[in-house]
Amino acid sequence: MKKKAKHKVVGLEKRKAIAGYLFISPFILGFLVFMIKPFFQSLYMSFCDVEVGAAKFELHFLPTVENKGLFDNFYYAFRTDPDFVRLLTEELTRMVIYSLAIIVFSFFISLILNQKFGGRALVRAVFFLPVILSSGVMLGLESDNQLMDQIAQSVEEATAGVSITDGLQTILRTTGVGVRAFEKVFELINNIYDVALASGIQIIIFLSGLQTIPRSMYEAAEIEGCTAWESLWKITFPSISSLFLVNWIYTVVDFCMRSDNQVIDKIQTFMLSLQNYGVSSAMSWIYFIIVIAFIGITSLLLSKGVYYYD
Amino acid sequence: MTRVKIHKENFWVRNQKSEGYLLKKKIMEILVHVCRFVLLFGLCFLILQPLLNKISVSFMEEQDLLDPIVVSVPVHFTLSNYEVCNEIMHYWEAFKNSMIISLTVSILQVAVCTIVGYGFARFKFPLKKLWFAAVMLIVIIPPQLISTSLHLHFRFFDIFGLFQLIAGHSLNLKASVVPYYLMSATCMGLKNGLYIYMIRQFFRNIPNDMEEAAYVDGCGMFRTFFTIMLPEGMPIITSCFLFAFVWQWTDGFYSKMFIGGKRLVSISIAGAVDELPSYIAKFTGVRSSVSVAYSNCILATGTLMVIIPVVVLYLFAQRQFVESISSSGIKM
Repeated sequence: MKKKAKHKVVGLEKRKAIAGYLFISPFILGFLVFMIKPFFQSLYMSFCDVEVGAAKFELHFLPTVENKGLFDNFYYAFRTDPDFVRLLTEELTRMVIYSLAIIVFSFFISLILNQKFGGRALVRAVFFLPVILSSGVMLGLESDNQLMDQIAQSVEEATAGVSITDGLQTILRTTGVGVRAFEKVFELINNIYDVALASGIQIIIFLSGLQTIPRSMYEAAEIEGCTAWESLWKITFPSISSLFLVNWIYTVVDFCMRSDNQVIDKIQTFMLSLQNYGVSSAMSWIYFIIVIAFIGITSLLLSKGVYYYD
Repeated sequence: MTRVKIHKENFWVRNQKSEGYLLKKKIMEILVHVCRFVLLFGLCFLILQPLLNKISVSFMEEQDLLDPIVVSVPVHFTLSNYEVCNEIMHYWEAFKNSMIISLTVSILQVAVCTIVGYGFARFKFPLKKLWFAAVMLIVIIPPQLISTSLHLHFRFFDIFGLFQLIAGHSLNLKASVVPYYLMSATCMGLKNGLYIYMIRQFFRNIPNDMEEAAYVDGCGMFRTFFTIMLPEGMPIITSCFLFAFVWQWTDGFYSKMFIGGKRLVSISIAGAVDELPSYIAKFTGVRSSVSVAYSNCILATGTLMVIIPVVVLYLFAQRQFVESISSSGIKM
């Protein structure tokens, strides 16, 4: 009797496992056909000379082609192409700086939005608006809006030296401390618009975390004589530290996929206009490996600092 | 009695009793309020300003654009910009195409993602961790990486050499919608990993009792899913649908990649400025360069026309958008 009962449980579990696989089968299919296959094919292609004809395409593995080495496509990307290395370093530094700024900014804003005041829902809606509006092609249109640039330029010329950041900049420059570092900070401050546009989702994620922290914790801390500043670092920060990891990964990934990313632009030019599939694959792989390594290392470091409540 | 008395006391009397603490606290409070208001107002203005600017520019005639006195209220009010945009972008045709594609694609994507997300949330099966890692992988891998290969894959589409055998050549699906539908039906569309993740998080938070009660009552696994869990998960499903719709509407990458043959709003706005000179040349007969101000004005108008449906949607469904992410309880 006992044996039979046990057998039945196994049967149910087995059926559940089969049902589970049935449920996720579309994903498995897509993953194998549209992800894994192209994934390895594009890796292989980066070592190939791709020839596209009218009815078919041929892959010539580079060592088998005369006068070509295995890494020729990579050599081309790094050594021959005039822009690639410059664009790559530019985009990567931009990614690091902006991601940091976005995390700090969204944490700060979510702290403010977590307080109670009139019109909170409206402000939240406005901050979330860019997630909807600055997605896809809209972002690229926004950033190369020449008219705005011209206006900004003429305003800058007319008010030369009057702007606050410029004044600060000259003061800090004359002190001679870390000019390059300051330059990046000023660039960020001048581009706060871009940061605000890119931090809609992050703000909401932080807010949802902040709302799960019980109020009683803050009250207890306050009674014990904890100042607001202390409870920010001792209560708020540890409680939502795991969300920093989530947000960090989301921000970096989001940044890689932005449509105004110049490296992606370069890769697409090579593919669509020049039809040079080999080099474009090599370029995408270089970019991908650097980004994955960056995400891996930083999230490993971050996850060390994450505090888990339970 | 004493309580009533305290309420009747003057603010200053109470302040004196607390040795100035009350006044200090009140001033601090007001200061915080003012600072917060200024900061938030400034940032909100920062976000909304380009939109407002576009609206005012879109009603201006060319001479207003060049007039330094006119800033935001047009002197020569006109609707001609909208007409020009309509002509250049073939707006209604693009609108119709975009609407059909965004709607069908997002419904398909969300339906499949719901099934997959539910599978991940409620069933135990071998290698589940591995497959979920695969979901995370498709979130992280930029689609650009595999785009080269996918491009060729669909350019020379074939299933085990079948078409080669029958028709003598492989199919060219590059300019058709089929590849993207195939990808959507298998969770490989735009940001589908994210939807799977959100839906899974939501279903994981539903208590087990409901499912078990259904099983005890003799409800099968699929019937439980359709009649009990699906209505429960409606909030997150509508949110994901809204996201999918909006992001598909403005998407440039997949559209350019796979749906290039069709006229979509996101594609036509990207090319609007390039087409402007030839459009004007059609009337004047002279191929002249268009002033920067005017082409930007057209761009602003076009952008407005593209985002108006999305803005309207956002106004009505703002709650679903904003609260979806909180309700899924993202944790790591």
